[in-house]
Amino acid sequence: MSFELETAVNREGLRRVAIDPVSRVEGHGKVTLLLDEAGHVKEARLHIVEFRGFEKFIQGRPYWEVPVMVQRLCGICPVSHHLAAAKALDPVVGALTLTPTAEKIRRLMHYGQILQSHALHFFHLSSPDLLFGFESPVQQRNIVGVAAAHPEVARQGVLLRKFGQEVIRITAGKRVHGTGAVPGGVNKSLTAAERDELLADADQMIAWSRDAVHLARRLHESDRALYDEFGLFRSHLFSLVRADGAMDLYDGHLRLRDARGHIVRDGIPCADYEQHIVEEVKSWSYMKFPFMKDLGPARGWYKVGPLARVQNCDFIPSALAEIERQAFIAHGEGEPVHAPLAYHWARMIEMLHAAEVIRSLLDDPDLLSNQRMNEGTKGREGVGIIEAPRGTLIHHYRVDDDDLVSYCNLIVSTTHNNQAMNEAVRQVARRYLDGRQLTEGLLNHIEVAIRAFDPCLSCATHALGKMPLVVELLTADGSLADRVAHGG
Amino acid sequence: MSKQFLLDGQPVPFEDGQSILEAARKAGHYIPSLCWHKDFPAHGSCKLCIVKAAGRHVSACATPAKEGWEVESNTPEMNGERRALLQMLFVEGNHFCPSCEKSGSCELQALGYEYEMLTSRFRHFYPDRPVDASHPDVLLDFNRCIFCELCVRASRDVDGKSVFALTGRGINKHLVVNAESGRLADTDFSKDDLAAHICPVGVILHKGPGFAVPIGERTYDAASIRSQKLKEEES
Repeated sequence: MSFELETAVNREGLRRVAIDPVSRVEGHGKVTLLLDEAGHVKEARLHIVEFRGFEKFIQGRPYWEVPVMVQRLCGICPVSHHLAAAKALDPVVGALTLTPTAEKIRRLMHYGQILQSHALHFFHLSSPDLLFGFESPVQQRNIVGVAAAHPEVARQGVLLRKFGQEVIRITAGKRVHGTGAVPGGVNKSLTAAERDELLADADQMIAWSRDAVHLARRLHESDRALYDEFGLFRSHLFSLVRADGAMDLYDGHLRLRDARGHIVRDGIPCADYEQHIVEEVKSWSYMKFPFMKDLGPARGWYKVGPLARVQNCDFIPSALAEIERQAFIAHGEGEPVHAPLAYHWARMIEMLHAAEVIRSLLDDPDLLSNQRMNEGTKGREGVGIIEAPRGTLIHHYRVDDDDLVSYCNLIVSTTHNNQAMNEAVRQVARRYLDGRQLTEGLLNHIEVAIRAFDPCLSCATHALGKMPLVVELLTADGSLADRVAHGG
Repeated sequence: MSKQFLLDGQPVPFEDGQSILEAARKAGHYIPSLCWHKDFPAHGSCKLCIVKAAGRHVSACATPAKEGWEVESNTPEMNGERRALLQMLFVEGNHFCPSCEKSGSCELQALGYEYEMLTSRFRHFYPDRPVDASHPDVLLDFNRCIFCELCVRASRDVDGKSVFALTGRGINKHLVVNAESGRLADTDFSKDDLAAHICPVGVILHKGPGFAVPIGERTYDAASIRSQKLKEEES
């Protein structure tokens, strides 16, 4: 199926403008716009141009290698893949529950990851747009510019991220691509010295995170016309929530709210995701388009990530972040907030929550225990779902009788937001670019809309063997010598 | 007065029949190796122990020490040759350290660090070597085989089972399992065999532990292979 502005009716004779690559996002993507002679936008697409293959080449590998291998999908949120894979493979070693130590260390690792990734996105990638303006001089619109104009903001951003990275190092062995989670538990607990190292800075991180929420909120409230309307579209909201409806980024069940805020699906066990989500393939992108099966592709798409999570949960189970959530909800005046730029505000609320969770976990003596592993009757299949910084991340594996992976399906956070990001791009193109002389600053509006979702494009493209692919061999004079097509 | 030779200008005492490598390690001088093992006769296949003795390139593990020899080992020339040998070993197999559970405890990887191997330099062969996971306790990942034959020798000479062999020649050489089916499950191999514990790289792996040893506690996390091997010699 095709959405408005997805494909121009007659593509002949239209002028093509490309933003390639989209900057200050993770991974590589491009935006193409097709414009008519008067500069009216006829087509707008966010393309994902990377090509991976993890689902295929993990097949035939031993299952215990998977959490370490698949995290290489990403250098920003490897912990999310690491933990989602470990969760999926816990049942394979018969660990239907984890020891309290294992669960808490994994949670600590995960919330460290949320903190560092959210800090990276807000301060390093997005704050230049928000603090200086979308059309500010491009030379200034970067983290160095922020450091010059707002040194304290930049310093806190860098140190927040550093703290998150230290949490990861202490729980996983390395800041990037560690090995902490293994099927059935974790391979290390914390020493008292490691815990104290984190405790020394934990309260400061809460204070700075709270300041960051207030900064994001101030920005939003200082220009409501822009922040509430920019790239606005309405969609379902999708995420994990805890059994009691609380925000839980590590575990829970799946919940879907409609655009008006009504819960339309709830209590979906993670293992049943396949019965509810299907993915559509389009010929122009390596990233698939997921939607809720029973609602269909036209109505069943949704958004994930901070904006969805903060509004999909019933409450945030940490005091300061819950106060901020309530202020955020109040901003919607009874309706869900759908504005893409509100992602930043919601993201900072989650960062505050992560800092609070880390602080409270550090008081828990279970972190120091050596009861790290559980096992039981071995299984052959598992689904692990986690709320990665960018949204719901699904890992699904089957393992054969010889302990080798025979099936792998990954639906990555950014993939869920594919339609949503395309919608935001089209809204911005229509509102700001249509019929105007294009400038770098105007084109940056498109990137600002994409950035709000904090997409990780390298994570999201992995569909080897399923994508439609056409290879054409042309002779020197341009005539077709050979053509190989691979179905979608 | 015992006999001695000079290793990089340092006197190294030796007894008759001792190889250059054995005498050097005993005296606290490190000469690298992959295929050499103190409990087996010298094999001379990995060539990492290459030294220049009396002007000739020889394998230190297979060359008896001689009175008065001047041996060059830890020199830019010899270390450069070792680096090239390591680079060849890396491109011959499929060595994907980032997801290998032997990472941090692998002798090949540790030597790559020791000899500052920063690139693969040569074109990768990308051989097609499927894993053998048929055995209930042990997995064979042939992708990482460096043909040291330690498993072959241990299984044949100590375990008395001859489970492993090298077959093929030159570029097509590869490790095989001695069973009609070619599967480890169809041999009398046991996880308690010496051959199950001797692989210096990540070919013969016990199923289950995976990444149980955290980063920081792996064999070569805290100390280099040079100091680890010399420490083993002392004990």
